Amino acid sequence: MSVHPENQMGIAKASLVRSPTRHRRWRWKEFSGFLFVLPWLIGFLAFQFIPFIASLAISFTDWNLGQTITFVGFKNYVDLFQLEPLLVKSVFNTFYYAAFHVPGQMIIAFIVAILLNQKVMGQPIFRTLFYLPSITASVASAVIWLWLFQPAGIINQGLGVLGIDGPNWLNSVTWAMPALIIMSFFGIGTEMVIYLAGLQGIPQHLYDAAMIDGAGWWAKLRHVTLPMMTPYFFMTAILGVISSFQVFTPALVMTNGGPGDATTFLILVLYWAGWQWFRMGYASAIAWILMIFILLFTALQFWLQRFWVFYEFEETSGRP
Amino acid sequence: MTSAAGSFSKDPSTRARGSTFLQKFGTYVLLISGSIIFTFPFLWMMRTSLLPPELMHVSPPVWIPWPPRWANYSEMWTEGYFGFWIWNSTVVTVLSVLGETITSTVVAYGFSRTHFPGRNQLFIAVLATLMIPFHVLLVPQFVMFNALGWINTLYPLWVPALFGGPFYIFILRQFMLGLPKELDEAAEIDGATRWIILWRIIVPLAKPAIATVAAFAFINNWNDFIRPLIFVLTPENQTLAVGIRWFTTRYDTYFHWLMAAAVISIMPIIIIFFFTQKQFMRGIALTGLKG
Repeated sequence: MSVHPENQMGIAKASLVRSPTRHRRWRWKEFSGFLFVLPWLIGFLAFQFIPFIASLAISFTDWNLGQTITFVGFKNYVDLFQLEPLLVKSVFNTFYYAAFHVPGQMIIAFIVAILLNQKVMGQPIFRTLFYLPSITASVASAVIWLWLFQPAGIINQGLGVLGIDGPNWLNSVTWAMPALIIMSFFGIGTEMVIYLAGLQGIPQHLYDAAMIDGAGWWAKLRHVTLPMMTPYFFMTAILGVISSFQVFTPALVMTNGGPGDATTFLILVLYWAGWQWFRMGYASAIAWILMIFILLFTALQFWLQRFWVFYEFEETSGRP
Repeated sequence: MTSAAGSFSKDPSTRARGSTFLQKFGTYVLLISGSIIFTFPFLWMMRTSLLPPELMHVSPPVWIPWPPRWANYSEMWTEGYFGFWIWNSTVVTVLSVLGETITSTVVAYGFSRTHFPGRNQLFIAVLATLMIPFHVLLVPQFVMFNALGWINTLYPLWVPALFGGPFYIFILRQFMLGLPKELDEAAEIDGATRWIILWRIIVPLAKPAIATVAAFAFINNWNDFIRPLIFVLTPENQTLAVGIRWFTTRYDTYFHWLMAAAVISIMPIIIIFFFTQKQFMRGIALTGLKG
């Protein structure tokens, strides 16, 4: 984030002015600018910055919201990885989920975006229909899928027509996670809109050039569209990994982490630790591990992007 | 190059037309079947919400419940605390949307069109809060709201919104940076204060971005799940998003009531989305974020 050029100029100009009255007016002008930002600053300190520091402090304690707080050092962190298999299993589940959720929703969203980017009639209507499941991505859709995945629900009845004996999805150790992953494939709205914007930004002259070289649709897709879309794939991959670490509502509403620990996720364990077991230090430690994981994997993806993300103008490689 | 010259000599127009027709046809087939799949869960939810309970688990399934059983809705309404939940969700959403939209507009003006020492450092703090998962803050916030006596009230759900939201500040700041500087300067020469410039000049021009922010804020607050789940304890004080869950745990899942509740909870979202679609899509495309 570079300093705004006008800002530097403005400050320089102000310091040149000697007259005391002008000087005071400038100070008020600066101060009034600060006043506009002040409401956010108060909220930031009260609801974000101070809690953030407090969270780190609490993670080194043993506390059930009662009178006594015991400092326990790194015990919560050590316990999380050594004593309780729950956290390790949740991390494993997160990777399992992400391994299918991230590429799956990217591919589906890309196919839909390619289709919508053709000059089709009723494009806005199709776009709305594909987008709708994404805005309700909360309890309501968890509840709908809870119903669809019932042992004798419509999904298994449909499989029955095909001669497949459907599993007992949400009550099966093997099939509960695939069920959550399948459900997540319906929440592609954000990715689809990002890809549509990306596709519309690919300059036509690249396709014209490819056509002159005799490229068919596959060659155009392979050598023009896909490379030009990599910055957008990168952006959605980052968002997808972050959202995999934050799965909560479907895991709580549809399976409650079960059966067994087949669908536990970090935030679900955090919720149990804080609001079922009232172990606030433990819950805070989980939150910090979650945050460190998210930052680590985001950084890793930024490092990996040099191997696969293509920027049209390599000089400005800071583009999204 | 040579192969292109070769294909040019044959009649390319007919070949192209043939492939485009096939392509068009295939495109529509895929789009229509895809949108049927994507809307199916919705349609099935509506169908189930009007189905008599005794027909829930019959095979083959009843596709269209006729006559529809509207009593599912009236029973659901009296059975739970549905009236409370709708009222609570409405209060929280209206106050949060107003707070987040108005405050974020004022703050974004400060970050985009005024200069003061430390402004850019503070904006980096705004961006940093976007990157940190809010789950880290849940425990200390719970402790704080508990000390304030706000647990099991709606305050924790809307009071923080009065201080703006980082994501909304970001969207509005980016938009306001794009408005010409001369607007402010001209108004300043006419003697307008910054407060007047903001409301008379910037806000009318920033209406599309403000609408985007309001739409995002509405949907995020209406759908918010983990915060009411944690900060509100008793069912009559709960919001709709968490309240619905009551039907899944309290009774051994009464799907006809559950689906009726889900239909009603989704309706405001669909209506808002329908009217703000353009702003919504643009907001996502601009920022790459959902909020």
